[in-house]
Amino acid sequence: MAEFGNPDIIEEEVDILLIGGGMACCGTAFEIPRWIEASGADLKVKLVDKAAMDRSGAVAQGLSAINTYIGSEQDPADYARMVSNDLMGITRDDLAYDLGRHVDESVHLFEEWGLPIWKTDENGERFDGSKGMPSLADGGKPVRSGKWQIMINGESYKWIVAEAAKKALGMENIEERIFIVKLVNDKNDPSRIAGAVGFSTRNHTVHVYTAKAILLAAGGCVNIFRPRSVGEGTGRAWYPVWNAGSTYSMAAEAGAELTLMENRFVPTRFKDGYGPVGAWFLLFKAQATNAFGETYMTRNKEMLDDYPPYGQAAVPASCLRNHLMLKEMKEGRGPIYMDTVTALANLRETLSPREVKHLEAEAWEDFLDMCVGQCGIWVGENIEPEKKNSELMPTEPYLLGSHSGCCGIWTSGPDDVGAPTSETEAGVPEHLPSGWNWGYRGMTTVSGLFTAGDGVGASGHKFSSGSHAEGRMAAKSMVKYCLDNADFKPELDTPVADLVEEIYKPVRTFLEHKDYTTAIDVNPNYITPKMLQFRLQKIMDEYVAGVATYYQTNEKMLAVAGEKLDMLKEDADKMRAKDLHELLRAWENYHRILTAEAHMKHIEFRQESRYPGFYYRTDKNFVDEENWHCFVNSIYNKETKEWTCFKRAHVDLVDKAKLFK
Amino acid sequence: MPTFVRTDKCDGCKGQDKTACMYICPHDLMKLDKDGSDTGHAMKAYNQEPEQCWECYSCVKICPQQAIECRHYADVVPLGGSVQPLRGTDSIMWTIKFRNGTMKRFKFPIRTTPEGSIDPYAGKPDADMGKIGEPMFFCQNNGYRAGDPSELICK
Repeated sequence: MAEFGNPDIIEEEVDILLIGGGMACCGTAFEIPRWIEASGADLKVKLVDKAAMDRSGAVAQGLSAINTYIGSEQDPADYARMVSNDLMGITRDDLAYDLGRHVDESVHLFEEWGLPIWKTDENGERFDGSKGMPSLADGGKPVRSGKWQIMINGESYKWIVAEAAKKALGMENIEERIFIVKLVNDKNDPSRIAGAVGFSTRNHTVHVYTAKAILLAAGGCVNIFRPRSVGEGTGRAWYPVWNAGSTYSMAAEAGAELTLMENRFVPTRFKDGYGPVGAWFLLFKAQATNAFGETYMTRNKEMLDDYPPYGQAAVPASCLRNHLMLKEMKEGRGPIYMDTVTALANLRETLSPREVKHLEAEAWEDFLDMCVGQCGIWVGENIEPEKKNSELMPTEPYLLGSHSGCCGIWTSGPDDVGAPTSETEAGVPEHLPSGWNWGYRGMTTVSGLFTAGDGVGASGHKFSSGSHAEGRMAAKSMVKYCLDNADFKPELDTPVADLVEEIYKPVRTFLEHKDYTTAIDVNPNYITPKMLQFRLQKIMDEYVAGVATYYQTNEKMLAVAGEKLDMLKEDADKMRAKDLHELLRAWENYHRILTAEAHMKHIEFRQESRYPGFYYRTDKNFVDEENWHCFVNSIYNKETKEWTCFKRAHVDLVDKAKLFK
Repeated sequence: MPTFVRTDKCDGCKGQDKTACMYICPHDLMKLDKDGSDTGHAMKAYNQEPEQCWECYSCVKICPQQAIECRHYADVVPLGGSVQPLRGTDSIMWTIKFRNGTMKRFKFPIRTTPEGSIDPYAGKPDADMGKIGEPMFFCQNNGYRAGDPSELICK
C-alpha cells in the first residue's frame, strides 16, 4: 500500500504528452484528435495538468477581454509590427505573423462554444454577449477596447474552452493533479526528448511517461521577485501565482535554447488589487496622472525621444510608458492615479441613457470577470470609481511570453514567411539550428519537445486566444513529427528508480530529520519551500532590479546575486516536504530558482538597458541599437549547472517604418 | 483576500472522496480536514495556505453549500467589505457590500449555450492530411487572415 514517502510508481508509454491544461494545451487537445484520426496512425495522447482544467492556467478566474483579435480590417503584418514595437524592436516577426493569421479562428470557436462576446449595433451602441446578435464569424461587430482587444463576458471563458478540450480529447486521456517536474532526454540521443516525470498531488504516486513528442506549456513565472504585498496579499500577484517557471526551467534542463530571458513585464495596474487598466485607458478613455492631476505621458513626453524609434510610435512601447511614470514617482509627485472620475463624467455626456445605466456595470464587470480582488480593495476602501480616483502602481516583475513580455523558448517558426535560414552572429553553439525554422512549427531546439503560449519566446502579445491558436499549431506539428519518426522508440536516459528518488528527495529529507527539533519548521537539516522562496525573492528584489531599487541593477549587483543564487541552488537540494502539498511547492520553487537565474544571466550578458521602465542597467543605461539590436539566447548545462549566453541576429520580416508614418 | 470556509455551512461535500473546492482550486489550497486534527472541525474544508490565495474565487463559485467567502487580505484592505457571487448556468450575480454599507448588485451573462452541451466536432470536416505541413487548422471558421503578401519583405 502506497503511503507518504513510499509512492507507487506508474509508468506509461504514450506518443504525445501534453504538459499543462491552460489555453495552449486546450487548443492542442481540440485540434490533435482530428489530425490523428485522419492520419490513420494509432497515436496515444495524454494531457496532464497540475490543477483542474476547468479553472487552470492564466485564464482560470476568467477575463473581461480577448486581447488578440485581428479582425477582417487589419493585417497580420500590422499585428507583427505592434508586437515588435511594444517589445522594443526585438521579436520574431515569423512567429507573430503566423499567430496573427491564425488567432481569429480560435476566437470564432470560443463564441460558437458559448462565450458571450460584446457587440456593437449599426449606431455604435454596445451590447453584452447574450443578446443574440450576429456572431463574429457571421460578420457581427465586436466592441473594440483597443486596436486589438475585444470585450467579452468572460467569467466562464476557461470553463467553456476546457469543456471543448476535454470532450475532444476524452477524459480517459486526461489526468488532473499531476505535476510534472522534470523532462527526460533520450538515452541514445541526448538532443531528443524521451519522457517526463512527475507526481500526483492527491495520491502517493510517481508518474513516469515515455513519449515521442511532448508539448510543454505550463505558463510563465510569478513570485520570483519580492512582491509589494508580503502578508496575506502575497497571493494577489498580477499573473497567476501558480505559474512557477516550470516551462522555462524544465526546457532549459532538457537542453532547449531559451531566448530573451532578460525580458520581463512590469505591468502598471490598480494598486494592491492589480485590476486591469486596459478597459479604463482604451474603452473609458481615462488618463493616468501624477498626484497633482498632470498627465505624465504629456508632461514627460520628451523622454520618449531618448529611445528612437520605439518611443515615437502612436502607442509607445509599454516599458517606456512605465519609464515616464517612474520619473513622477522618483521625483516625489506620487501617488499616481487613474482619473476614473473625469473619464466617467465625460462618458456620461456622450452616451445614450441606456448606455449610461450600463456603464457602471461595465466598469465593475471589468474587474469581476478577471480580478475580483480589485473589487475587494474598492469595497474595503469605499472607492466608487465615479466619485473617487484609484491609485496605480507598477508591480513586481513577471516573466512570461504571452502578454507584454517575450521571454521564453527559442522555437521553430513557419517556413513560408521569409524567415532567415542561416545565422549571421558568431558564437552560437554548433549543435543548435541556424535559421528560424527547423521543420516543425512550435518545436524547441530539443527534438520532439514543443511549446506554446507563455513558452514561445520572442513573440508576446498572443494572450489567451493566441495561446490557444499556438497550441493548435503545435498539435499539427507533433502529429507530423510522430509520423515522420514512426520507428523512433524513446528510452529514458535515467533509470526510473533514480528519477523517483530525486522527485521524492524533499519527502525523504523531511522524514529523516523531522524529529531532530521540537518545532518542525526550524531545523538545520532542511529548508522549507516557503523560506527558500523568501530567499529567492529577497535576492532578486535587492540585486536584480526589483521594486526595492526602482528596477535598477548593475554589473556588480548582478555578481553578488550570482553568488547568492549559487548557494540558494545548493540549498534547494535540502528542501523539505512534509506532505504532498509541500512537495508541490518544493518543486515549483526549484523551477523558480532556475528561471530567476536565467533572467539574471541574460540581464548580465546584455550590455544595455533594452527595456527602460521594466529594468535599468545603471552602468549601461541606454539602448544600444548598433551592438544589441539582437536576441540574447542561452542554453543550460544540467551537469555543470552553468549557463551559456550568446547573440542571435535580428531580422525584420515586415517593414517597421510603417509604424512611424 | 484569502477565502474562508464557514463552519455552519460546509458539509465536507457529504463525505465524497474530494470536495468541490479541493477539486477546483488551481493552487491546491483547499483541504478537507477529515479528522479535525488541523482545524478542530472534522469533515470540513479549509484554506491551508491563505497567503498564496489568488482570490480567483473558483472555490467560492463552485461550493454547492455557498459555504466559502472571502475576507479581503488583512495586510492591505480595511475590514467590512464583501464581494459575493452566485454563479448559475448562464449568468452570475454579484452582491457587493462596501465598508460604509453601500450595496451594489450586478448580473452578467457567462455563457450562451447550456453547460455540457459543446459538441466540439459537430458539423466540422475531417482533417486533410495533405495540408498538415501548411498553415490553417483542420476546420475553417471564417477567421483565417491570409494577409497581404506584399507585407512580407523578405519573402
